[in-house]
Amino acid sequence: MAVWLFLGPSLIGFSLFYLIPFVLGFYESFTDGALGGRFVGINNYTDLLHSASFRKAAGNTMLFTAIGVPLLIGLSLTLAVLLNRPLFLRSWLRTSFMLPLVVPVASVVTVWQIFFDWNGTLNAWLNELGLARVDWMQSNWSMTIVVVMYIWKNIGYDMILLLAGLQSIPKDYYETASLEGAGRFHQFRHITLVYLTPTMFFVLLISIINSFKVFRETYLLAGDYPYDRLYMLQHYMNNMFFELDVQKLTAAATLMVVCIVVMTSGLLRAERKFREYTE
Amino acid sequence: MNNYQRLSGLALSVTFSVFAAVMLFPIGLTLVSSMMSEAEISQNYDLIGKMVDTANGGKDAFLNLKLLPDWLTFEQYAQVLILSPKFLSMFWNSAGLVLPIVIGQTLVGSLAAYAFAKLRFPGRDKLFFVYLMTMLMPFQVTLVPNYLVIDMLGLMNRSSAIVLPGIFGAFGVFMMRQFMAHIPYALTEAAKIDGAGQFTIFMRVILPLAKPGLAALAVLLFVDYWNMIEQPLIFLQDAVKQPLSLYLAQINQSARGVGFAASTLYMTPMVLLFLYAESYFVEGIQHSGIKG
Repeated sequence: MAVWLFLGPSLIGFSLFYLIPFVLGFYESFTDGALGGRFVGINNYTDLLHSASFRKAAGNTMLFTAIGVPLLIGLSLTLAVLLNRPLFLRSWLRTSFMLPLVVPVASVVTVWQIFFDWNGTLNAWLNELGLARVDWMQSNWSMTIVVVMYIWKNIGYDMILLLAGLQSIPKDYYETASLEGAGRFHQFRHITLVYLTPTMFFVLLISIINSFKVFRETYLLAGDYPYDRLYMLQHYMNNMFFELDVQKLTAAATLMVVCIVVMTSGLLRAERKFREYTE
Repeated sequence: MNNYQRLSGLALSVTFSVFAAVMLFPIGLTLVSSMMSEAEISQNYDLIGKMVDTANGGKDAFLNLKLLPDWLTFEQYAQVLILSPKFLSMFWNSAGLVLPIVIGQTLVGSLAAYAFAKLRFPGRDKLFFVYLMTMLMPFQVTLVPNYLVIDMLGLMNRSSAIVLPGIFGAFGVFMMRQFMAHIPYALTEAAKIDGAGQFTIFMRVILPLAKPGLAALAVLLFVDYWNMIEQPLIFLQDAVKQPLSLYLAQINQSARGVGFAASTLYMTPMVLLFLYAESYFVEGIQHSGIKG
């Protein structure tokens, strides 16, 4: 009884705005129109997989996640390990690393333009070094730029999470290890990384969610149709929506959901295995 | 501490300070540029987005990164706040969307989180997994069916088309559950023995202990929804109702100087909120991340 009192409000709204739309979308992906269409089996999916722009968008999204997320976690981990000790100005440093997290994307778009424009500061510096200009936003560099923005925004959040993980490792593990003659690298590999793994799962999850949010940056910087390399699944789905191509959109959405579900349940299973193994 | 350690600590502090300066640079540049005159802005940044013909002597044409204004002026702010009423009305639009979402999601989320963290019922973990999944999905995934539902409810082009889904977002449930899972059962059991009902336990035991979690959640939601672009783009076609995030995208292109001032005003509430609640915020995030 008490359960419904607590869960009820959330469950009603959640079903209405998330669960039902999700099920509807899944259903629509097998029909030939919005609600009330004819059942067409997997036709929408074969169309979708033949569409060059879908394949491009899916490839770019995967590439972005595959580069951005590990890079972000690696850098945040480095930062967290180095910052996990008494240090001059430590709390100031922490504040500065976290501040980009709360700055709205739209506020700093112009600054990114100043740097990455064809006539921008970065190219001015290249020019002074006697090098040719690079069209940052209209070449394969554009993804690198978006990765930089992603890291700029999220490094503080990941660092804070990892710092908490580091501080939860009992100090005497390290003391015992150093008494037994283990070097620093050995300690890092066999103590830090092992006991940090549960936190790492969580960081990975949060970083993936946040990697989908870079759509805002790319949208504000490059609009509906950015350079090929930046054309992500979110652009594709957004554009299909405005082109009223419900079939392709719902099929693409379903595929994306399947990927995310498979990936996450794999992660959660790995985490459970890991916990059983260490306990 | 020996000399070597002291020296390496100092070197690290210096390196970190440089890195911190790089991190803060985009924010600082926006702030500084907001205090330049329109003439100074266009003189330095007029070349953004223009293809210069390099063959015709435009070879060295670059925009000029200007770190300090020639003289301080607040004319851009006057322009934004007094001369164009649009900015303020959209600022309030943003506030009117974000505040109900933050309050609503924190409330609804905490209630549900308590059920997930401290009550037992069949299918609990499976249901939580479903919440977790929807939280991971980008907004575009349920675009079409969401549109249909919003349309059926007659909410299209109203702020509730954004506020209602916001209130029931899964992130609040997820984060508060993670946080509440740390609160020892001993405390809730003790209250139960004293004869307290579930609701009393929630109000008197759980909520006071969950304060850092609530603060962290409120800040994160504030930031996320203050920043939203996708939802209003689809559900609020009426320009009068749109939030600042969309307006800013336009003004940045048309009037750059005003854009800097508007950007600064736009980020100020976020930055102040963060600096004010930082310790709570950090503690809340950290508790949500490590397993108890």
